[in-house]
Amino acid sequence: MADLKATGLTSKGKIPTEPFGDRAISFEPEPGLGEGRMILNFGPQHPATHGTLRLSLELEGEIIVSAKPDIGFLHTGFEKLGENRNYNQFITVTDRMNYMSAMSNNVGFALAVEELLEIEVPPRAQAIRLIMAELSRISDHILCVGLQGMDLGAFSVMLWSFIQREKLYDVFELTSGGRLTTSYTRVGGLAYDLPDGIIPRIKAFLAKVPEIIDEVEYMLSHNRIFIDRTQGIGVLTKENAISYGVTGPMARAAGVDHDLRRDRPYMGYQNYDFDVPVKTEGDAYARYEVRVQEMRESLKILDQALDNLPSGPVNCLGGKVRLPGKDEVYTKMESLIHHFILSMPGHGLETPKGEIYHATESPNGELGWFLVGDGTSIPYRARVRPPSFYNYSAIRTMIEGKPLADIVSVLGSLNVIAGELDR
Amino acid sequence: MGILITLLVAVAVAVALLQVVPLLVYGERKISAWIQDRDGPNRVHLTIKGVPIMPKGLMQPLADAIKLMFKEDMVPTKADRFLFMLAPVIAVVPNAAAFCVIPFGDNWVIASMGLDVNLQVSNANAGILVTLALSSLAVYALAFGGWAANSKFPLMGGLRATAQIISYEIALGLALISVLLTAGTLDLQEIVHQQAHNFTDWNMFKQPLAFFILLVAAFAENNRLPFDLPEAESELVGGYHTEYSGLKFSMFFMGEYLAMVSMSGVIVTLFMGGWSLPGIIDPGSLSFFHGPATVLCFVVKMAAVLFFYIWVRWTLPRFRYDQLMNIGWKKLIPLALLNIGVTALVLAS
Repeated sequence: MADLKATGLTSKGKIPTEPFGDRAISFEPEPGLGEGRMILNFGPQHPATHGTLRLSLELEGEIIVSAKPDIGFLHTGFEKLGENRNYNQFITVTDRMNYMSAMSNNVGFALAVEELLEIEVPPRAQAIRLIMAELSRISDHILCVGLQGMDLGAFSVMLWSFIQREKLYDVFELTSGGRLTTSYTRVGGLAYDLPDGIIPRIKAFLAKVPEIIDEVEYMLSHNRIFIDRTQGIGVLTKENAISYGVTGPMARAAGVDHDLRRDRPYMGYQNYDFDVPVKTEGDAYARYEVRVQEMRESLKILDQALDNLPSGPVNCLGGKVRLPGKDEVYTKMESLIHHFILSMPGHGLETPKGEIYHATESPNGELGWFLVGDGTSIPYRARVRPPSFYNYSAIRTMIEGKPLADIVSVLGSLNVIAGELDR
Repeated sequence: MGILITLLVAVAVAVALLQVVPLLVYGERKISAWIQDRDGPNRVHLTIKGVPIMPKGLMQPLADAIKLMFKEDMVPTKADRFLFMLAPVIAVVPNAAAFCVIPFGDNWVIASMGLDVNLQVSNANAGILVTLALSSLAVYALAFGGWAANSKFPLMGGLRATAQIISYEIALGLALISVLLTAGTLDLQEIVHQQAHNFTDWNMFKQPLAFFILLVAAFAENNRLPFDLPEAESELVGGYHTEYSGLKFSMFFMGEYLAMVSMSGVIVTLFMGGWSLPGIIDPGSLSFFHGPATVLCFVVKMAAVLFFYIWVRWTLPRFRYDQLMNIGWKKLIPLALLNIGVTALVLAS
């Protein structure tokens, strides 16, 4: 450290020793750490973390005495990027936060900006967004359920579900051009309308989904070993779920009957008939079951949405928000002006001054966007409420006092997406 | 002359065993691919001057072996170097040696040369005990490997391995006792002869409970899923062999497969009629083709058992450590004891 000071690298002079003060988690061994205990570094490079998470575990034999989660290994500065990109550019960033269900993030962000602008997209755009959001829920859950099996050693189940997800990604690729990072929505509409012949394709995929769900259930739900490894493991009580701010399938598995699609409908969810599965056990098995049932509910929603897909434009008309069509740009003076205003540097889509918090039910839970508009085309602040952050924060209550092997089971059921957790 | 033939058989078995491992790796990769809707290895092949010698994918084991050989062979700085080197050797040698007492064919009479070849490396009169003793030696590989690396995940893997294998050894031994009680001999050739005449004579049907217990214990003994806790890739990152790389790692790999081969040899010999096939391949034939036919029969039966190993491996999840111990001590061992008691009562009456 002295050398650093000599070279002048620490120009501020003072190196903060405790940047988080009292809130910092100490990774030093507890004073009572005796002969029989050891510290085990679980992650950030570990096959069960599916990303980069770190848990500093104090073990007594195989029993976890204390677990200290340490996050930030995948910190990418997405929120700071939001302060330097205009609203439409930020949509590409939202993909990368939750790469397991990118569509759902695209939709959530676009809805938040539209609420700030106080506009509403045409019904066809709404229906397509809803279809995409539900498809991304299936893509997330189908893999999460498979991964939960893989973490416990049932590798084949994961690959079966993986194959189906790839087929779903084919659908995303046809609609948006991207498989993983879709960037499909735009403020005030969609990047493109649905391509020709996509509806039968989606329907063909949806017809396969119940089969694969049945297969996964056949391999896991009635499997004695899987049941032993998940039932009663990683129990999250209803009180803890609420006090930690846990949402989504995890909260519903713990008995919190809360689903934004039903309780605060957006995108016309109120027009669809679906149930919200709720369990009370709060263990890893309940989470697995809730995810499986949610996929079935998503299928119900998708069937209704695909059959009643309205026709019409997919973008807000008028040219104030979305680029006007080329035929108008070439023939109408006003449209030409709108085109230039929206696409020239230093101009663009300007939001009114004000702040907004808008939340959607993403596959992992409540995905909220807090945006502060300052009258320019770039947000003053773009803050995300990522469900994974709150879901992961409750992990200590679930694994302390349990054997090491339970971490794998619990982590698999949390479905923590590191990109979203660290932003 | 007799010594020369025994030596020849021993060399043939050793070479064959070493060839079985790559084949088994290929088989495992291919079977798991079928189970998982994949293609499996389908690229590496050998073509000389346009003539395909090995079809696509079959050269994969060789490519794997070459890759592993050229990997950097790392030893962690604070490792116990001697034990670290010793562990992979122990993983291979006893598991391969355990095969030496297993009769993989009937006496092969080659009349034209006046030979009578015993298709068994060593006809030890306490045959099955030798196999058991050698296969339990392999636990030292896991314990040493886990300990010597001086790292936490391997240590836990090593500890788990020691406890698991010792516990399941008991169930394995007890299951064998009930078979030996009915057989009345420790001589493996003799046990095969007893089963050679009727399918109903197979110990698999005469001692179904012992067969089941032995099968479960064999999975645990060989660290195969659902009992692969010492490795537990998703928990312990690879367990006892986390710190191993290159050729040493591949020796652990070989050891695991050799253990499977030896154990399936034991299962086939004790429970599935060994090299015989009632009605088709009967013992004592003097035909020249009798010897090869018995070997083929044995290999096919072993392949079936190995297929079952792989099938289970890619289907079931893994137990937790305490659940594993519960099954071993509270379920399998009492069941095995009960089986011995019942067998003894039936035999005595």
